[in-house]
Amino acid sequence: MIADGVEDEEKWLAAGIAGLQQNAFYMHRALDSNNLRDALKYSAQMLSELRTSRLSPHKYYELYMRAFDELRKLEMFFKEETRRGCSIVDLYELVQHAGNILPRLYLLCTVGSVYIKSKEAPAKDVLKDLVEMCRGIQHPVRGLFLRSYLAQVSRDKLPDIGSEYEGDADTAVDAVEFVLQNFTEMNKLWVRMQHQGPAREKEKREKERSELRDLVGKNLHVLSQIEGIDLDMYKDSVLPRVLEQVVNCKDEIAQYYLMDCIIQVFPDEYHLQTLDVLLGAFPQLQPTVDIKTVLSRLMERLSNYAASSADVLPEFLQVEAFAKLNNAIGKVIEAQPDMPILGVITLYSSLLTFTLHVHPDRLDYADQVLGACVKKLSGKGKLEENKATKQIVALLSAPLDKYNDIVTALKLSNYPRVLEYLDTETNKVMSTVIIQSIMKNKTRISTADRVEALFELIKGLIKDLDGAVLDEVDEDDFKEEQNSVARLIQLLHNDEPEEMFKIICTVRKHILGGGPKRLPFTVPPLVFSSLKLVRQLQGQEENPFGEEESTTPKKIFQLLNQTVETLSNIPAPELALQLYLQCAEAANDCDLEPVAYEFFTQAFILYEEEISDSRAQITAIHLIIGTLQRMHVFGVENRDTLTHKATGYSAKLLKKPDQCRAVYACSHLFWVDDQDNVKDGERVLLCLKRALRIANAAQQMSNAARGSTGSVTLFVEILNKYLYFFEKGNPQINVAAIQSLIELVTTEMQSDSSTPDPAADAFFASTLRYIEFQKQKGGALGEKYEPIKA
Amino acid sequence: MVLVLALGDLHIPHRAADLPPKFKSMLVPGKIQHIICTGNLCIKEVQDYLKTLCPDLHITRGEYDEETRYPETKTLTIGQFKLGLCHGHQVIPWGDLDSLAMLQRQLDVDILVTGHTHQFTAYKHEGGVVINPGSATGAYSSMTYDVNPSFVLMDIDGLRVVVYVYELIDGEVKVDKIDFKKTAATTHSAH
Repeated sequence: MIADGVEDEEKWLAAGIAGLQQNAFYMHRALDSNNLRDALKYSAQMLSELRTSRLSPHKYYELYMRAFDELRKLEMFFKEETRRGCSIVDLYELVQHAGNILPRLYLLCTVGSVYIKSKEAPAKDVLKDLVEMCRGIQHPVRGLFLRSYLAQVSRDKLPDIGSEYEGDADTAVDAVEFVLQNFTEMNKLWVRMQHQGPAREKEKREKERSELRDLVGKNLHVLSQIEGIDLDMYKDSVLPRVLEQVVNCKDEIAQYYLMDCIIQVFPDEYHLQTLDVLLGAFPQLQPTVDIKTVLSRLMERLSNYAASSADVLPEFLQVEAFAKLNNAIGKVIEAQPDMPILGVITLYSSLLTFTLHVHPDRLDYADQVLGACVKKLSGKGKLEENKATKQIVALLSAPLDKYNDIVTALKLSNYPRVLEYLDTETNKVMSTVIIQSIMKNKTRISTADRVEALFELIKGLIKDLDGAVLDEVDEDDFKEEQNSVARLIQLLHNDEPEEMFKIICTVRKHILGGGPKRLPFTVPPLVFSSLKLVRQLQGQEENPFGEEESTTPKKIFQLLNQTVETLSNIPAPELALQLYLQCAEAANDCDLEPVAYEFFTQAFILYEEEISDSRAQITAIHLIIGTLQRMHVFGVENRDTLTHKATGYSAKLLKKPDQCRAVYACSHLFWVDDQDNVKDGERVLLCLKRALRIANAAQQMSNAARGSTGSVTLFVEILNKYLYFFEKGNPQINVAAIQSLIELVTTEMQSDSSTPDPAADAFFASTLRYIEFQKQKGGALGEKYEPIKA
Repeated sequence: MVLVLALGDLHIPHRAADLPPKFKSMLVPGKIQHIICTGNLCIKEVQDYLKTLCPDLHITRGEYDEETRYPETKTLTIGQFKLGLCHGHQVIPWGDLDSLAMLQRQLDVDILVTGHTHQFTAYKHEGGVVINPGSATGAYSSMTYDVNPSFVLMDIDGLRVVVYVYELIDGEVKVDKIDFKKTAATTHSAH
């Protein structure tokens, strides 16, 4: 029962502390009265508390710290004693008489500290003695703390170069030797803990080991601080010795922690210069060690080192860092065939980041990394695991972020191959990342080849990949995706018409595979890109010596016809109709009468067969009339046919007011300001009269159905149209006609059966005001308007 | 001083990817009191963006708009002025000032704002002002060649409105302005 155990431990710790404090008290008393013998006696007793086996490392540490504090005071006393004439050698002798070995050794180390300071013996000799003697304690926890104590008191007394304890050696060899030995012994003790005790307590032991790891790692830290170690010494003795211990201890926990320690405490330049040795150790580690994390951290450090200053980059090249890391990773992956795919990708991801930092101009290196990744992924099918796919997105985003440019990323031949292994969802995520990168950096994608490559990459958005279930996609997300594809299409451009046409064809090829749900989003931007190209070609003179295959507006219109056609099958007839009319207008500007006529035909067919919603019909017919009004390319026959159709359909709209409005709009088909041969005053009047008849019929219907004649708005509208053509000089529209209309409106407004309509009243009022304004203008216009009485 | 932003015919994403960056950096939230938009945004994202600039947003329907429920016309009163808004594809001939003036009389407004042609115009006559803010993104138009991105900002102060037009020409934003004063006599009274 854990609760009990903890409670017991608390008790034992309390008891230990009490014992320690008590003996410390007596020790102090002895120190105050300069009683060396008693001081030693009570200090030994105090230190005996550290002999316990009952405490976990965490609690032992508490006890240890108190002992440590007391020993500091004892050390000061020893120093005083030697000044008073006591021989340090004798003292060193004396403390060895302590009964139990652990207190004995703590005291010895304490005296040893003073001994070194006295310089009566070379530091190296004392240290050697101490580090050997500590072998007496083989219990892991006790031994680790003891050696930790030794390390602590010796830290500032190492015979380092430039230190006062240097001795005559002129080298840091002895200091290194001492620290290495202490380290080696500590690691052995630490590893031994793993195998102590029953198997069921393994987890507890590993946790305890984890608490103690910094004691071991501290030695490496001390090593890194030794001034006398230069690159050569590190390479020749320090690193090999440390690695030897790490490898030989065959302990997973120690290996993982210590490898990471080495990487973190020693300088990056050292790592670069010892890359072979360092990397050579990895395959020798226990198979369960999480090498990928350690390797990744190494590469991260080196990446940051490379990023810190451009001066260090040549070093990387000189040691062939990339090649070595690449090989090492390959070997590790080979040695661990069961490494989960997440591990593999993480490794390559770190390597890629490294490559991008250190060799930004070597696209071939980056490609190599991706290639290795592809090789490892092949045969595994599409990735399902969430973390793994996230790592791949990170892997693929790295070149995008670095180069700020999808075009460069596209040059990496293995880039699309990695994408192949993503499941549909992740492919879409990556595609969106790519599109966003393009839009943010305003990357110009300007050749058909690049467009082809790009659309291959983002195909998850362009069409349904195998196994994709379109129904499951959230509608808003789908719209957002497709709108981003539409925006992307706007950015694909080349000023050179031939290349632009190729781009258009490439895009078309891809989007036509998108299915009915996608086409309404992707076809319009393609159509408008094409129309822009038509306009560009319009400006250029047709080259009589041009090749058969060169791009002409006619060719583009053929393509457009086939493209818009796909929309009518979806069905998206209103959109298709609008696009046909756009094409018709463009064909008009190119003087291609048959092409324009064909587009109008298609538009009318759609109107007749597919558009049945009343509101949609009203919009559609107005667009047809508006476009037709602007056409100048049609001969009389063609124009008549289309106009006849337009007016016919206008009169057949469902509601009478809509009919009326569409019909009077048609009047403009017979009178176009800038085309002198389209000024047929009679037919204009016919239209307006027809509109008037419809308005009258509307009034009567309203009276019959509702008992009131409804609003006079339509009449006022028609009146305004009369005024329009009157002003334009249509001879068929005379003052009398206008006058009678005005009277009609006035009468209707005053009639009892009419519905009051303030808006219509205001409209009529402003119309009359307009007539007054025109009169006041004077001149020919004023004269024209003069006879009209409001 | 009331600032009214008038813009339209962005045609995102059919004909343009986004507003020009120079316009985007000028249009900051909190400075404008009303936005009137002639239509053809075309997608909801654009509406959301405009809403962040100013919550009082008025939109009329363009023929390519994803949202089919925007009204065909809208009128609103700001200070002493009545404004009318309509996309303009409904008024034939397209861009014809006399026909637009008729719509102005019908809506009974001092300022009529319409779009569709992607061509900036501002026309003063005794009945009021007819403004077309052009296309804010410079989108392709079958009617206008070489469309420069443009929008309009109206400063309404009492009986006076100053119409500022911002046009992006060769990468630089150029500003022009037109003054209009409303005479008290043109205030309308109902019949």
